[in-house]
Amino acid sequence: MSQGNPILGTSPLRKEGRAKVLGATQYIDDLTLPGLWHGTTIRSTIARGRIKSITFDPQINWSEYAIVRAADIPGENSIVHLTRDHPCLAATEINHVAEPILLLAHPEKSALLAARSAIHIDYDELPGVFTIEASEAAVEALHHDPNATSNIIWSGSNSGGTPNCFKQYQMHTGEADETEDALAAAFESADFIITGEYTTGAQEQLYIEPNGVIAECDIDPATGHIRGVTVRGSMQCPYYLVHALALVFNLPEENCRVLQVETGGAFGGKEDFPSVIGSHAALLAMKCGHPVKIIYDRSEDMAATTKRHPSRTRIRTAVSRDGKLLAGTIDIALDGGAYATLSPVVLSRATLHAPGPYKWPHLRVRAKAMATNIPPHGAFRGFGAPQSLFALERHIDKIAHTLGLTPEEIRRRNFLSTGDRTATGQLLTEPVDMQHLLTRALADSGYHARRDRFAAENPTSRIKRGIGIAAFMHGAGFTGSGERRLNSLVHLDILPNGLPQILVSSTEFGQGTNTILCQVAAEALALPYDDILIHQPDTTLVPDSGPTVASRTAMIVGKLVERAAHQILTTLRTHASLPTPHTRAQFIAAAQSYLTRHNHLRASTRYQPATKIHWDDDLYRGDAYPAYAWAVYVAEVAVDLSTYTATVTRFDALQEVGRVLHPILARGQIEGGIAQGIGYALYEKCVYQNGHLMNNQMTNYIMPTSADLPTIHVYFEETPSPHGPGGAKGIGELPMDGPAPAILNAIEDATGIAFTAIPLLPEDIFERLTAYTTHPHGGTEDLNPATDLDTETESPRVSA
Amino acid sequence: MTTIHLTVNNQPHTLTVPPMKRLLDLLREDLSLTGTKEACGEGECGACAILLDTGSGPELVNSCLIPALQADNATLTTIEGLAPDAALHPIQQSFLQAGGAQCGICTPGMILATHHLLTQHPNPTEAQIREGLSGNLCRCTGYMRIFESIRQAATETAR
Ligand code: FES
Ligand code: FES
Repeated sequence: MSQGNPILGTSPLRKEGRAKVLGATQYIDDLTLPGLWHGTTIRSTIARGRIKSITFDPQINWSEYAIVRAADIPGENSIVHLTRDHPCLAATEINHVAEPILLLAHPEKSALLAARSAIHIDYDELPGVFTIEASEAAVEALHHDPNATSNIIWSGSNSGGTPNCFKQYQMHTGEADETEDALAAAFESADFIITGEYTTGAQEQLYIEPNGVIAECDIDPATGHIRGVTVRGSMQCPYYLVHALALVFNLPEENCRVLQVETGGAFGGKEDFPSVIGSHAALLAMKCGHPVKIIYDRSEDMAATTKRHPSRTRIRTAVSRDGKLLAGTIDIALDGGAYATLSPVVLSRATLHAPGPYKWPHLRVRAKAMATNIPPHGAFRGFGAPQSLFALERHIDKIAHTLGLTPEEIRRRNFLSTGDRTATGQLLTEPVDMQHLLTRALADSGYHARRDRFAAENPTSRIKRGIGIAAFMHGAGFTGSGERRLNSLVHLDILPNGLPQILVSSTEFGQGTNTILCQVAAEALALPYDDILIHQPDTTLVPDSGPTVASRTAMIVGKLVERAAHQILTTLRTHASLPTPHTRAQFIAAAQSYLTRHNHLRASTRYQPATKIHWDDDLYRGDAYPAYAWAVYVAEVAVDLSTYTATVTRFDALQEVGRVLHPILARGQIEGGIAQGIGYALYEKCVYQNGHLMNNQMTNYIMPTSADLPTIHVYFEETPSPHGPGGAKGIGELPMDGPAPAILNAIEDATGIAFTAIPLLPEDIFERLTAYTTHPHGGTEDLNPATDLDTETESPRVSA
Repeated sequence: MTTIHLTVNNQPHTLTVPPMKRLLDLLREDLSLTGTKEACGEGECGACAILLDTGSGPELVNSCLIPALQADNATLTTIEGLAPDAALHPIQQSFLQAGGAQCGICTPGMILATHHLLTQHPNPTEAQIREGLSGNLCRCTGYMRIFESIRQAATETAR
């Protein structure tokens, strides 16, 4: 289609990059409005209980303040995500620490501090439920005694769940009964049965810009009626906030305007949470009649907003002597926190990624998201997949060790390839070549030579080195029927100067939305990249092109932009004599001549499901994702036995993401994701005590610095996909999935110790290593990689 | 309240402020220089980094930790002062070209840290780059494109 120089596959300057390097970009805290007031949130200090009383110290002149409580909410006291169980403000029941109870605003920010400490809330405190296990125990108790409800913290009655459980899925490789029979038979006759349990911790998104918004409320002075609300802020999904405001204010959606302001990092942490802070600021604006700004400071942001779901995954596999996976059962449990929020969809992605890139003749995956009295967990890059892939890729190494195969060989014997069916029954019609990816990743990273060298050097060194791999995939776009339900729309306008402007609700938060979509339009229209404009999302101007999540923007929204561009060309060729091929000047002339006759030119395109995508939500079978990105990552670690620290010393990442649209941005996405993955594995620990996050500061929640990270080598294998523009697939979340298992596999290679939990901190290594020395079969001087003393195994059973 | 004199991006200012007001707030609120960002408020992230010269040469400091009083008679450079005439400074140019800025919120601090690093080490080694940036957190890039930006800037300034 393109007649000019190719634009896709090159690296033009980031659209908004110039303003960013100049420091001229205005983020939400850099903006102000006339008459602005400042807002703050009064939060619970207990994890579970009831509010007894709220007293306002008379020392403070409260008439200067706007105060909002649950009773002031004009619509429903609920933040709509998938269900309506999440209160906008707690009325009486408290279900987690830092739950919002009151909102305060004042013209002077400094006046808020004293007021905060002059509000006293008394509670009837109840014992909290803080772990998956405690939540399960409560369900268990209920089964034995229907009156044992004291630790049932979420009823589930009107939200599609069951007591303490937000959602459950069950997925089988075939018809359920037949699969269960086949599983039983396979476990009966297999050469080896290998089991393992793997856990992952909560992880903070730690976007460098905390959550913040400015809200306005338009009130009819004559009647006092609320005509509309407007919220500007740092966010991923403007239309999610529109839906939330419509419910909280009981307003039609068209009266709820949301503008995304330049956003300083998000990673999922600004997917659902802006619905909370945005509703809060709008309520204060309603109360005081002024615009209200709420900016969280770091400690509030960390204490009160969502994190990655902690998980526990149990895997049981039947394996043949020659290393073939015969059957498996995988049981996933996520800690969803106090309210359902996005847990059901995070759980869905965890379920669908649990089988990994492998062929399973018979598999059952059961997954559940449990309620606890922890602030709700939510979206974070990867969205459930990092948890299940960590478990699976650790387990695959365990199988290799048990069978005496190499990690490479066990994977080769089980990889999916073109023409195979995934565990959900999806036929892989597009080329999938994990064998080649593995071969290339090992070659490009010099894997074999390094592995041999470490094996030779380790016995005489205090620093044990090791190398590990992870093979995985990530589904791009919404799960199953999700894209059909989103029904995304984009507009492409021709402005009076004859040049195009893209209108989408897809947001830029560093990942490159603006740049990629402009490249796609430029290529399709054969115009220079610099000629394409993209409008900052404002829901009164841009259509709902779906949320900016799930690695869907380049592939799904990009394809819609490409189709819209083609429509514009067809229109101009048919009605304005645009020649083929055309020059920039000819395009502008044709567009302007069309505009003089018709006043406006807009192409609108809506998502069209490829007819061959079938998904059954009830059976959890079918085409789970339109496309997958595939990858093999190689991590090298050094474990210092005197300091008990594990450091990643080199990282190699090979992935097949379809066509790479912008090599520099793509590398940046992969490297940034890997850095977060390294943090997930080795640095970032959320320490909770009675439901309080104890380390809600950057001083004690440690993310990797420039001094901590290894050189990250990024390689792409480009196999154009029919789903995205110019052959692209999704890329954003993939790099979050592989680092943690590759790193722990490398640590096992280095030390012979099979750690099964992340984050893995020096104190954990210390504990295990010192325990190991007292173990009859172990010793620090003689760590034997073949001896696995660290995970529970049903004794491997070799058939006679 | 106390009256202080300071020079910011070559502009002299006289301001009357609470003596313990954070330099960060003075810049953002009193001088409307919002390129300096706040992300932690406790000296951990470098989003608020600026160059402060109190007589012994420019130092890279976290303005969220510095009381206004301490900037009396000092000379400051913020991100806005790096390219006063709208042409990009070579460091800004290299961050733009090499993908050193993603969401951009850490970028002002990163660019000033780079400026300081290149003043001390015009041709920094990888270790010097890592050390020079270790007070500046970036959650987006994994630092690799930032290292590349610095290498490009060093080559550019060496010419
Ligand atoms: S805001 Fe000053 S160091 Fe983080
Ligand atoms: S570019 Fe986003 S934090 Fe550095």
